[in-house]
Formats: sequence, structure tokens, C-alpha cells
Amino acid sequence: MIPAAFDYHRPASLDDAVKLLAQYGDEARVVAGGHSLIPMMKLRLAQPGHLVDLQDIAALKGIKDTGAGFEIGAMTTQREIIQSAALTAACPILKEAAEQIADPQIRYCGTLGGNVANGDPGNDMPAIMLALDAVYLAKGPAGTRELKARDFYESAYATKLKEGEILTTIRIPKPPAGHGSAYVKQKRKIGDYATAAAAVVLTMSGGKCASAAVSLTNVGDTALFAAAAGAALVGSSLDQAAIDKAVQAAVGIAQPSKDTRGPVDFRKSVAGVMVRRAIEAAAKRAR
Amino acid sequence: MSAADGTSVQERTDKLEGLGCKRKRVEDARFTQGKGKYVDDMKLPGMVFGDFVRSPYGHARIKKIDKSKALALPGVKAVLTADDLKPLNLHYMPTLAGDVQAVLAVDKVLFQGQEVAFVVATDRYIAADAVELIEVEYEDLPCVIDPLKAMDKDAPVLRHDLEGKTEGAHGARRHHNHIFTWEVGDAAATDKALGSAEVVAKEFLSYQRVHPCPLETCGCVASMDKINSHLTVWGTFQAPHAVRTVASLISGIPEHKIRIVSPDIGGGFGNKVGVYPGYICSIVASIVLGVPVKWIEDRIENLTATAFARDYHMTGEIAATKDGRITALKCHVVADHGAFDACADPTKFPAGFFNICTGSYDIPTAFLSVDGVYTNKAPGGVAYRCSFRVTEASYFIERMIDVLARKLNMDPAEVRRKNFIRKEQFPYKSALGWEYDSGDYDTAFDKALAAVDYKGLRAEQKKNREDFAAGKTRSLMGIGIAFFTEIVGAGPVKNCDILGLGMFDSCEIRIHPTGSAIARLGTISQGQGHATTFAQILATEIGLPASMITVEEGDTDTAPYGLGTYGSRSTPVAGAATAMAGRKIRAKAQMIAAYLLEVHDSDLEWDVDRFQVKGAPDRFKTMQEIAFAAYNKAIPGIEPGLEAVSYYDPPNMTYPFGAYICVADIDVDTGVTAIRRFYALDDCGTRINPMIIEGQVHGGLTEALAIAMGQEIAYDENGNVSGGSLLDFFLPTAVETPAWETDFTVTPSPHHPIGAKGVGESPNVGGVSAFSNAVCDAFAHLGLTHTQMPHDHWRVWKTAQKLGLVE
Ligand SMILES: Cc1cc2nc3c(=O)[nH]c(=O)nc-3n(C[C@H](O)[C@H](O)[C@H](O)COP(=O)(O)OP(=O)(O)OC[C@H]3O[C@@H](n4cnc5c(N)ncnc54)[C@H](O)[C@@H]3O)c2cc1C
Repeated sequence: MIPAAFDYHRPASLDDAVKLLAQYGDEARVVAGGHSLIPMMKLRLAQPGHLVDLQDIAALKGIKDTGAGFEIGAMTTQREIIQSAALTAACPILKEAAEQIADPQIRYCGTLGGNVANGDPGNDMPAIMLALDAVYLAKGPAGTRELKARDFYESAYATKLKEGEILTTIRIPKPPAGHGSAYVKQKRKIGDYATAAAAVVLTMSGGKCASAAVSLTNVGDTALFAAAAGAALVGSSLDQAAIDKAVQAAVGIAQPSKDTRGPVDFRKSVAGVMVRRAIEAAAKRAR
Repeated sequence: MSAADGTSVQERTDKLEGLGCKRKRVEDARFTQGKGKYVDDMKLPGMVFGDFVRSPYGHARIKKIDKSKALALPGVKAVLTADDLKPLNLHYMPTLAGDVQAVLAVDKVLFQGQEVAFVVATDRYIAADAVELIEVEYEDLPCVIDPLKAMDKDAPVLRHDLEGKTEGAHGARRHHNHIFTWEVGDAAATDKALGSAEVVAKEFLSYQRVHPCPLETCGCVASMDKINSHLTVWGTFQAPHAVRTVASLISGIPEHKIRIVSPDIGGGFGNKVGVYPGYICSIVASIVLGVPVKWIEDRIENLTATAFARDYHMTGEIAATKDGRITALKCHVVADHGAFDACADPTKFPAGFFNICTGSYDIPTAFLSVDGVYTNKAPGGVAYRCSFRVTEASYFIERMIDVLARKLNMDPAEVRRKNFIRKEQFPYKSALGWEYDSGDYDTAFDKALAAVDYKGLRAEQKKNREDFAAGKTRSLMGIGIAFFTEIVGAGPVKNCDILGLGMFDSCEIRIHPTGSAIARLGTISQGQGHATTFAQILATEIGLPASMITVEEGDTDTAPYGLGTYGSRSTPVAGAATAMAGRKIRAKAQMIAAYLLEVHDSDLEWDVDRFQVKGAPDRFKTMQEIAFAAYNKAIPGIEPGLEAVSYYDPPNMTYPFGAYICVADIDVDTGVTAIRRFYALDDCGTRINPMIIEGQVHGGLTEALAIAMGQEIAYDENGNVSGGSLLDFFLPTAVETPAWETDFTVTPSPHHPIGAKGVGESPNVGGVSAFSNAVCDAFAHLGLTHTQMPHDHWRVWKTAQKLGLVE
């Protein structure tokens, strides 16, 4: 549990950070809260020669309400998400999900940017970003790019982020007022990643579901956006038949592997239960 | 009644904070401020650090070890392999179970995580880098993982070092992977009773491999002073004197030149009883290099290489009359000991005290046989928060009683009550050879059932089952009962020894002239609060306030010889020694008081903190006054000073018991079990400190929850271990831990000087089966008799699936 040797850099500006990444190439890794990266380094599964710590870069912190949505700095911690009354009022699923990540100590350090950039299918925030249709801003030597969360995840630990790029901002459109959402996660204990988890964001109009987004955590190589599951709900009154169809569609794309949380059939089944419960909870909360 | 000095007996008693007082733990001042001193806090001048190269394979031949790159790394001081230890004859070390264990792998590795080479470097980082630079070439060999197949004809040979050895430490070996067979009881009579019984229930119960997982991992600092030829080892030792004797026997260093010190220990739970390669390698490296060597395991090493617990695979048959009277019990165990038999049991008991498996019941006939086998897994088999194999035994009988109840279609509470050993049967001789000292099971059981409104719970469960059948709920309610009897306090030297060392224990007391004292014991606290409770025993015995008594343990240069702390033996054995030493002090104090008061000894009586003249309570000498006189008055015929030593060889074990009831709700769709309620009644005899007892019960129940609901060290068929980190190995946090309800009855031990029985391990012994019984009970109406632990989400879901409750 002792990491290999590395050099430590602590730039004060985004430009300096980008320069350091350019300078050290694939030897360099940014560190945010360190609560995914440092455990990997202690196991020597990650051995970066240069760690570029982002914590002194003020531009990467804070939650800005832009009217249409929020711009959240990548270095905003999970605790700051939980503490933000404005975020919770407009988009309560962020707090609901953040509170299901690890424990308070970890949430004080772990960042939203680190959680979504990490690329671990066990992370909870990617599914939330898929459901909310978030956009990530990434800055590299060539400037800033916009990347849709729904296109971002390629496979475990592989994302659209290019070498040398830093994820700076998470842009979240505000779901319509009166929407209902839920994040339901099954885990073995505090500090565990999901056996399966589901995020649902939906709106109702005249007793019918007007829009629905469904996504899954830790039952595939990446967080999964279950487009067909959402489509199965739209237009329905969220009756049992529609929910059954949505659950079936979501489970259909789940490809969990067997691990200490259980065999494949169990994890798939739990994914279905999570989706069902998330739809039911979101429906109750929608107005 | 008021004494002559105006204080009431009650006031003086309270001031002592003796037996029965909820005295706050004196240790906590340092622990809660982060000021404990653990072995990893030790810093010595010139100290270097050791780290292991470990086997990635479960079973493989070592073809070549190349240490040249590691030796070339600046800061690396030495790299040891088995070849370096052979000339010293230290490549194998004796285990506590009469086997040998490779200190560093000799020719082959036998489990994943086995120690292959020991690197010593000037700091931990360099040592860890050097570990990566050592190149080991392996040739993979087939593994033996399933203990039930270990003795198959064609099973691979694991221990080539034992080739041709047909006699083991515990009798004949009949297969190359066979360690021992241990048989107790009357086989013929048991078979006869089973054959003619009205009802026989049979079940196979696996108690999975788990790990004690103390928060502090194992480690040591070894320091060889070459000028004085004096070896000091600080380490996480639950039995420091035993380590000293063994170290002397292995190394040839005379025992008076070895000092073993256990500093503060962050939990042991049996994991720190054994002797590990890390200790031996550190000592050898310190002797070779002449500087102190520190070795500290990390979490993964702790979980995968130092002693595991359980791994017992038990087949039970229980015979009864139609109305539920048990007539016989038979049990066969396949015990998976891993690659080396490093089980920590008294020598004559290769399966520990598993023959307590008749439990709390008056079972006339019984037979037990245990086959110990080698597999490609880490060695160990320690008593994880229990006396030797008592948790396994208790789990076995408490599950079997439930299995029988299902077969009889009787309430499990009823079957228990019908078969309890009655109060008037104590001392009770069990069919498998133990003499239970005292018990009053009916009273405890009645109290427990009333406390939880057992009838009401069963009525609620009936309704729940109807609702479930009607599709109104997807949650099933389970009620688990366990009524356990433990056997602790090993033990009488006539039948209890470890490596020939008798299992007595000791206390030495010095009273200082001003009326304070220091007591030293042969045990060592790892969180149990000895400094608090042993002072309380003494306070009551000698009439000095507990706050004026220092309790010291763990340094073999100062503490009297003892066998350490595990198996709930500290209070039954060292606690008894403490009381007996206190009584010696009091006897001398009485002579001194008689001289000072100018009366005959027999004219005095003891009163809380003083001797007073019978019939004239205003004429007295307090213990404090007597202490001063003991040192400073020339008393004819009496030596100066006030000290005593007692070595206590207990006449019997003690038999704590308890009634536990668990209420659980199972979500069949997710397999998630919620513990709604857990009630624990413990009878540990005389209660020394009720607050500490409650703390011990809380901790033990939490570990029981962990074992029953999630802990598992599992191996795949290639010998890869899972559960080796805290991501997977279930350590419950406050969130997963339910609120515990504690209760008690008091049935003192008749042979212990203060009637105490030991309690630290009871909650683990009784708890695991209560949880497991609750889970099985939830599905009982659907025909389930047993389902294997741990009852984690997926296994519970699979059970529901097999019963057709989920797809
Ligand atoms: C015991 C424990 C339990 C946990 N349980 C959960 C859980 O249940 N759910 C969950 O979601 N997470 C969990 N985590 C992970 C935790 O939430 C991490 O904090 C989070 O995954 C990563 O955030 P971080 O700020 O710590 O990132 P770091 O660990 O610092 O970085 C993670 C990765 O992202 C990269 N990175 C970080 N920031 C940026 C950026 N701005 N631009 C580009 N790349 C970046 C890093 O280079 C690294 O590769 C747990 C962690 C622990 C230790």
C-alpha cells in the first residue's frame, strides 16, 4: 500500500496546469480530491510520474446559477453539492446521489469533476449526468471543448477526455419545475460501490409522463443511459405495464460482471428493482 | 451503618469504585486523544524497515529468485530468502498446533500471499520499491481449494516436506493432505440412538472462512543489542510470555536475554495470538544487521496472510422423540486449516473446545469427529473473538436445534426449553466430556422471551406471511433465537497447555507505602479495558480505590509469567489470580492491623477498606494506614513490605451463557436484510464493570453481524483470494449496525474466587447463530431448513429464487 515515487506539482492557475500536463505528457495525472486516484496509486495500479494537484486553482471551484442551468466547477466537492440550497431546490437528485457516495470524510475531499472524469463505472455521478443531460467543458492546449455526458464514456477508465485536457466545468440544464427525480442505489455497506443503481428524471403533464430519462450505475463498462427505458415511460400514466416495459428495457442493456457483490443474474435483477423503485419514487415526487 | 470516621459503608464502598461499578475506562484518556502508543509509533535510532515479496499463486514451484536488482537499489540493506534461513535452521518455524510453517517459502508456495522473500531497507518506500524489483520465476501447480476434496485420492500433494510422515502431532495421518482426526464421545451408542430414533434431522452447515481483521494490523520492531546479546521485540502479541519462550527455544538465545513487549494493541480477536514469519524475519534481520528492524503489515497482507478463522464444514445429525426430547447428536467436521496447521488451540484439543457442541442441552449421547485438512489457503484457524472453536460449536448446535424444530414442526423456543440442562443438574457433565460449572437457563430464557414479547412476534410473523402470500408485501419477517453456552477461561494446567506451556495466569501486586499500588499481570489488553477492571477487582479485595491502582501488562521483563489474552481467559484466570493475590495482601494486612490495634488477628473483621475490632468498629486501621505501617514500622515477626504474587491454575473452565433474539425483515427482491431488533441477555456470572460488559457485548454483536451477514475470505479454484480488502471484506459501520438491547442475569461461577465468568466473546458466540437463525426462519414456512452464511444480499436473493419468490 505504498505508492511508487512521483513528483508533485501545485499550479495556481488553469493555464499553468495545462502547461504542466503538456510538458509531462502521459507521465502526468491531475489529482483532484485524490479519493479514487490515491488508492489506485497505493496499490500501484496507477504509477504517475507527475501529479498535478488542482486544489489551488480558484477558477475550478464554485456553483454558478446561469438561469437556464448551473455551471459547477470541477473542483467543487461532493459536500459542497450537498450543501448548496440552490442546487437542491432546482435539481434535488444531485444531493440525493451525493449523499449516497461513501461517507462524510470522503465527500469533504472527493470532487464532482473527479467523480465524472474518473471513468469508473462504479462512480455514482456519471449516471446522474446522463439523466440530466449534462455537458462537460474540457480545457487543453488547443482551448476549450464541450463534451456531452451522454457521449463521454467509452469503457472502463476510458473517456473522450484527451491526454493533456482538464475537465473544468460541469454544465447542468435545470430540469423543469415540478419534475420528479430519484437515485436509488443498492450497496453492501457505507463506502461500497453500487451492486446496481438507477437514476430517473421525469416530468408529468396532465397525468401523463411528458419526458423521462433513465440511467444505470455499475452494471456495465460505463454508466449506462437507458434511452429505451425512458421512451417506454413517455406518454404513459406510469402504470404498471409501462414501468414493466421500462424496467425490461433498462435490464436489457445491463451487462454487469460477476463480482463479490453477486452473480450476473442477481445484479441484473437488482438493476431492474432499482429502476422500478426510482421510477416509483420520481413519480411520487413529480407534480 | 456509619463508621467511626463518620463515613457510611456505602460512601466508602463507592469511593473504591470496585466490583459492580460502572467506572469509566482509564485507558480512554489516551485512546480518545490519539495518544495511544502502538508498535508502529515506535521510532528507534537507526531503525530499518522490512517488507515481503509475496506469492501471486495459490500453488506453484519456485524455479528461481533473482534479488540482484533489488540489492542494487540504494537504501536496500538485505534480501532474505529461505536459502538464507536454512543455515540457521529457521526456514521453518514451529506452529502452535505442532506443525511447522515455512518462514519464507521453501521450494514451493502454498497459498496466495505467502511470504517468499524479506526485503530490508532504510525506509518503507525503498523497501516497497525493492519488493517490485525481486524477480521470482514460478511454475504454476494445481490447487486444492475445496476442503471436502482435499483428501481425494488424486488430490495434489501440498506438503512435500511431510512426505512419508504418517504420524502427525495429533495421531495418524491417512492421506498426504490429512492433518489429524479427532474423535470424542461414544460412536456406537450414538449410531444406535440415531438408528432407533423417532425423528432424525440432518443438515450440512458450512461456516465460511472469515478473518478477525483488527483495526491495527500485525507488526513488530525487533532490536538485537549485539554488545549485551540482548534481544528486545515490541509487537502485536496477545501472549508475550509465550512468544518469549518460543523465541528462546527457536533461536537458542537464553530466555533471560529476551524481552518481549506488547505496547498498546489495537484489537486482536485472535489474529495476534500466533507467531508470524514477519516476526522471525525481523529478528533474523536485526541479528544480521545489528540495527532495529520494523515490520508492519498492510491491510491486504493482514486479511490474506495472517491468521484467518472458522472454515468449518459440519454435518450434523440430531435424534429426538416425536415430542421433541433430544436423544443423540452426531457431528462430523471437515476443518480447513490452510497450507500449514497454525491453529491456535491447547495442545490436547486439535479442534479446540468444539466438543462443547452439545450446547445448553441435556443430550445423553453424542459423538464428534473432526478431520483437519491442508488446502492452498493461508494458515490460521484462530479463535476470532471466541474461545477455541466455540463459535463454530455454538453455531452448529443452535442451527441444528432449529433444523430439528422444523422437522418436528415445533416452535424453536419450545425445543430449546424442552432440552435445557436444568438448574439443579449443575455441575453438569456433558456427553462429550465437559463439566459445566453453573447455569440457570430457564430463568434467562423466560426473561428474554418476555422482553421481546415472543408470542406477539410470532403472531406478527403469521400475519406477515399471510400478507406476503396475498401479495401485499414483499418483505418477510424472521425471528432468530440462540441460547448459547460458552466454555472459556483456559485453562486447568492438567489438560490445557500450548506447546507445553501450562495455561495458568498470574498477578503480582505491590502496595506502596502511601496506599496506592501497582498490579502486573500475565495477560495483555487489546481494548478489553484490563487497566480499568482488574483495578476494580483489587479495589474490592484490598480496600484501596481503583483510581489508586495502576495495572500494567505486556512487558515480559516486569510482568509475571502468563499465557496472555484470548479465549476470554483474562478474567477467569488472571482475574482470579488478581483476587487471590489481593487476598494474600489482605491476610498480611490483617496481621499488621492486629499488631497496630494490639489485638489478636482473629479479633478483627474486614470492612470495605479497613480492619476493625469485632464489636468495636471505632477501633480500626484503614488499608492505607496499614500500608504505611507495613513499610515503616518494625513489627516483630513480620517482614517489611506489602506485596503478593499469585499464580492461578483454574480448577475448571467457566461456562457463560445467554439468550439472544434477533428480528429481521428481508426484502426478497433485493436480498437486503434489515435487522429490526436485537436483544441480548448475557449471564457472565459476577459483573465487574457493567459499562465495560455492555461495550464488549456491543462490539461482539457487531462482529457477529459482520460474520453472519457478509464477511468472507473466499478463494477461486486457482487459489486467488477475494475479500482481501475492506472494499469487499465486510466491516460494518455505524450505519449498518442496529441498536443493541442488552440485558443480564447473574449466575456466579462457583469455583472462581469472585464468581466471574468472562464475557468478551459471548456476543460473537451467540450472535452469529441468532442472525443466521433469523434469516432461515424468515423462509421456514416455505420449507427452508438451512441456507449458508454469509447472508449477504446475493445469497439471500438466491435463496428466495430457489423458493420461487423471485425470477
Ligand atoms: C472508501 C471509498 C468509497 C467510495 N465510494 C464511492 C461511491 O460510493 N460512489 C462514488 O461515486 N465514488 C466513491 N468513491 C470515490 C470518491 O467519490 C472519489 O472522490 C471520486 O470518485 C473521485 O473524485 P476525486 O476528486 O477524489 O478525484 P481523484 O481521485 O483526484 O481523481 C480521479 C481521476 O479523475 C481524474 N481527474 C480528477 N479531476 C479531474 C479534472 N478536473 N479533469 C480531468 N481529470 C480529472 C484524475 O486524474 C484521476 O484519474 C469512494 C472512495 C473511497 C475512498
